[in-house]
Amino acid sequence: MLLPLFEWLEATALGAAIRDSLWLFPVIEAVHLLGLALLGGAALVVDLRLLGAGLTARPLAYVGRQLEPVLVAALTLLVATGIPLFLSEAVKCYWSPAFRLKMAALALALVFAFGVRRRVVRAEPEPPRWQARAVGACSICLWLTVAAAGRWIGFS
Amino acid sequence: MSLLGFCEWLAGTAWSIALHESLYAYPLVETTHVLSLLLFVGSVSVVDFRLLGFLFRDVPVSELTSRVLPFTVAGFALAVASGVLLFYAVPVRTYQSLFFRIKVVMLLAAGLNALLFHRHAQRSALAWDRLPTPPRRVRAAGAVSLFAWVMVIAMGRMIAYNWFDCDRQPQPDFVNWAAGCVVE
Repeated sequence: MLLPLFEWLEATALGAAIRDSLWLFPVIEAVHLLGLALLGGAALVVDLRLLGAGLTARPLAYVGRQLEPVLVAALTLLVATGIPLFLSEAVKCYWSPAFRLKMAALALALVFAFGVRRRVVRAEPEPPRWQARAVGACSICLWLTVAAAGRWIGFS
Repeated sequence: MSLLGFCEWLAGTAWSIALHESLYAYPLVETTHVLSLLLFVGSVSVVDFRLLGFLFRDVPVSELTSRVLPFTVAGFALAVASGVLLFYAVPVRTYQSLFFRIKVVMLLAAGLNALLFHRHAQRSALAWDRLPTPPRRVRAAGAVSLFAWVMVIAMGRMIAYNWFDCDRQPQPDFVNWAAGCVVE
């Protein structure tokens, strides 16, 4: 049902330009990876704090506030580079189980990050320890799944 | 034995061939390598942003290095372990990869920068520990670190591309020299 849409997306000028270029795909891909590293830092330091490690001497809400702009910047960079990468091989992505897993995990991770985690991080007073730990663990697992599934798109 | 000879010997060992030809082990090691980057470059960049005075301006530098850098070290250990395995699976081509060689130079630069920074931090007894914007020299260490890790990631990703491989001739003399290609 979605296949015609993916075929149309792959045929867009941007998709074609990246496919026809020797170096565009690798360069965009490298920037995508840099975005991933940035996301790793921004998400991880808060998740570690949720788990009771890292910057434990600082209030949770403070650590979260410091890194939220970095998280948003990293996600913006990842989406801005991810879309052109996807356009260049949309039909391959359509048939790729790894891509489907990545998109499902990404949707979950985004809803979790901005629906659940942000609320817990900002909560006054700080949430009970079990709740903070569960949220930190889920956040790390979700982002690692997105990253691993993303890497796996290239293996198919 | 030359380094190239050593890599050729490595490539002939049974485990190298097994890893190279494996259906799942190699992709799993490579995925681990990418995930380690999340942990490692991600956490080091937070410290670098502090050195630059962009983030956690009211947290002492020493608090960040003592609380966050241990996770960087753990991530780095994982990156090195998986990276060594990746090299072991494809030794000769990696050794002669221009991108791999630039990556190694950048790794050395990052290591030297970290060493100099920690020595400077010790010697100055962290007089700038609580400054929201550290002195120029400390900011420079943060900038060099960020640049080196960005290059390590970008060059690491580029190893996958064979544009400058030795078996693709002719290449410019400079490329053959830098990649250590043996050209008749």
